[in-house]
Amino acid sequence: MTSYDPQKIIDIHAHLHSDLPSDPALRVKALESLLVEQGLVDPAAIDAWIDLYAEEIGPKRGAHVVARAWTDPAFKAKLLADGTAAIREFDYQGHATGHLIAVENTDTVHNVVVCTLCSCYPFSLLGMSPGWYKAAEYRARVVREPRAVLKEFGVALGEEVEIRVWDSTSELRYLVVPQRPEGTDGLDAAALAALVTRNSMIGTDLLKARA
Amino acid sequence: MSADDLSPLKARDGEPAFAEPWQAQVIALAAALVAEGRFSAAQWSAALGAEIRRASQAGAPDTTATYYQSALDALERLAQEQALTDATALAMRKAAWVEAYEHTPHGQPVELKR
Repeated sequence: MTSYDPQKIIDIHAHLHSDLPSDPALRVKALESLLVEQGLVDPAAIDAWIDLYAEEIGPKRGAHVVARAWTDPAFKAKLLADGTAAIREFDYQGHATGHLIAVENTDTVHNVVVCTLCSCYPFSLLGMSPGWYKAAEYRARVVREPRAVLKEFGVALGEEVEIRVWDSTSELRYLVVPQRPEGTDGLDAAALAALVTRNSMIGTDLLKARA
Repeated sequence: MSADDLSPLKARDGEPAFAEPWQAQVIALAAALVAEGRFSAAQWSAALGAEIRRASQAGAPDTTATYYQSALDALERLAQEQALTDATALAMRKAAWVEAYEHTPHGQPVELKR
């Protein structure tokens, strides 16, 4: 015989319809509220980070740096020699990027970036990292078989092209300077920046001029 | 080209960076704590790397959800190692939030009782 307990039904119903956040969301709230209360972290800094990195930056800053490198040989030389110093003039130097090394793709060298340990990434230039960048599959395979992984991203490279895989750390982040697409001679830096994709600056995309 | 032709990695290309707000909150909180000098970027990276490895060894699926779960585990662990908080305080505070949510009428801001 099944029992019918009206109060129990009401409780279950109330629970299903309550706005109780998920377990991880509650854990984050617990941790954050404790740290804020003790003055260990500034809630405004947390909000500012979310506004900036999750919503505003995207890969736009990196694209701007790449377009500048394509159009200004002196800047490009500086960027490749000392990335950290070169991007200082853009005032992008977020605490999330650490030391920056720019690596240039050429007809004979293709660069690709990974963080084998966790997911270190030049946030201040590229915004948040894509989901696949955080995947164990990418972190393991791009080191072992970069050519195959790149092919899966549509980057088919001839055997003559050397692939260099750069492993990021918390102190050292990489920016790939992709090759400037053919047929873009008449474009200014702003139009060029619009052609630069996030993946091209990680190394998993080759750029084309837009038709 | 159908979605089936895409490799699993490439197919994930269009995923949003965060599936839920708490995921952004975890990363933002970690970044803010690094900026305040409560621990270093290297310590955060090592803690996150260790947690990701642990999840992988435990057979967790290779998904973004697993990644952020690891980030939360790592941040809780590191905060305790750095004596910023402890397990009891975390558990009590979480229970207090559950209590607050369950006793706040719909549509009103949820606040902890003082």
